[in-house]
Amino acid sequence: MQKKELRMFFDSLVAYILLIAFLGFSGFFTWFYGSDVFLTKQANLDSFFKTAYWTLFFFIPALTMRSLAEENKTGTIELLLTKPVTNWQVIWGKFSACLLLILIALLLTAPYCFTIAYLGKVDVGVIFCGYLGLLLMSAAYISIGIFASSITDNQVVAFLIALFTGIFFHYIFGLLGSGLNGTPGELINYLGMQAHIDGISRGLIDSRDIIYFGSIIFLGLILAEVSLAKRNISE
Amino acid sequence: MEVVIKNLTKKYNGFTAVDGISFRINQGEVLGFLGPNGAGKSTTMKMITTYIAPTGGDVEVGGYSVRTHPEEVKKLIGYLPENNPLYLDMPVMDYLAFSARLQGVSAANVDKRVREMLKACGLGGEKHKLIGELSKGYRQRVGLAQAMIHDPQVLILDEPTSGLDPNQIIEIRKLIKDIGKQKTVILSTHILPEVEATCDRILIINKGHIVADGTPETLRKQAKGRELIRVKIEDGKEDEIALALRSLPSVMGVEAISGRENAFEIQADKFATPKRDIFKLCVDKGWALTEMVPFETSLEDIFHDLTIN
Repeated sequence: MQKKELRMFFDSLVAYILLIAFLGFSGFFTWFYGSDVFLTKQANLDSFFKTAYWTLFFFIPALTMRSLAEENKTGTIELLLTKPVTNWQVIWGKFSACLLLILIALLLTAPYCFTIAYLGKVDVGVIFCGYLGLLLMSAAYISIGIFASSITDNQVVAFLIALFTGIFFHYIFGLLGSGLNGTPGELINYLGMQAHIDGISRGLIDSRDIIYFGSIIFLGLILAEVSLAKRNISE
Repeated sequence: MEVVIKNLTKKYNGFTAVDGISFRINQGEVLGFLGPNGAGKSTTMKMITTYIAPTGGDVEVGGYSVRTHPEEVKKLIGYLPENNPLYLDMPVMDYLAFSARLQGVSAANVDKRVREMLKACGLGGEKHKLIGELSKGYRQRVGLAQAMIHDPQVLILDEPTSGLDPNQIIEIRKLIKDIGKQKTVILSTHILPEVEATCDRILIINKGHIVADGTPETLRKQAKGRELIRVKIEDGKEDEIALALRSLPSVMGVEAISGRENAFEIQADKFATPKRDIFKLCVDKGWALTEMVPFETSLEDIFHDLTIN
């Protein structure tokens, strides 16, 4: 299942365009523009991580929008669900294929690491954690994206739902949280992605962060599974 | 492998698509499932393939219930859905290999089965093409290949010849008939000649109910049972001839066939056979009986009568 999804990405232009765009943006903002490495004169990849925080946020809904919406539209979902594969296998296959693609994208930025290491002394642990944070964030958004794709047959709708849901986690919760004081503020801040990314990229792998990412991934995939199973629930 | 449908019902928000139907399909039978659009054919098939859950009743495939053992049922059936959905940007061979793996064909056998299916469905020349590049006829063959790739005991084909040209239809029918020799096949269609060409038994469904069940011959016998004869009687005036024909005791109705002079369609009275009477009439009146062609109640008419209301 996963193999087929990956092959489909690479047979179509989707993978290539997203990879090139991702690497393009990342390269540009890390090395040439904004608070790029040569401006900050710091031997770390903060500018890359900051860029990727936003580029992944936009690209992942584009990656996942097709996953189930297309199957719903063409009717191939009917074939998938009448084969002896479980709903979970279908969802997991699509999820892991998307995640693998993101992993490949991140791995392709390895040259950045080598370059930075050449330019100055580098804290390997921090860099590793930065990537880990991005990967976990990606997993969370992929699961949201797959859920969004499962409830519609229109890819654009899937994209928009994923993006709209994502923006709450990505930005709004963080904004609200910092505006409020006390426990409500802390709670809402916890829901925001930024808090957890910051935590991880500082090198701290806190159980709260793991729970956060784990919960989103779990919830997204469970909801996707439910929407596949709905067909089988009789009234 | 037997398929048993027990009191199967499907309701959607107050609308009853399938209303407590029951029937049994025996091993090696090819069943034709007929009905007007919206009669419940596809819904019934989707319940057999476990795609939709029944609201009431059950379906048993090879003894496994779709309610309690859907996974087992899925292993036993091959399904070609309506509109033959396919992944258009996959090459044929890859798609068949993918389907084989999904259906649980062991890794060692996948290549072998794919080759066998390509051969059986005549796809050898197309195997590297993307499915989107194929014509409708070839796509239908891919759909059929995918349904058979794991050598299932039961094949469920929803309108397998829809959209095909006459040549392609003959090919697919031949294929189905060959498959039907060993497997249990359920196919739905509204092309009546197709049913006669390929099926051992016919089930007509209308508005969620079964309205006919039997072989083409038994259905014909059950239907009105009145003979229909086409005649051409010359050397006489049309109205005179019509009148005389109508007054024959064994004749129930006479209709002039428009567009043809002196041609009539005669419907016989129940259990009567007016051929000799017509002949005698012509001899008595000095008319020339140049054509007399009996024809059977077509399946179209049977279908029409059973489903029109």
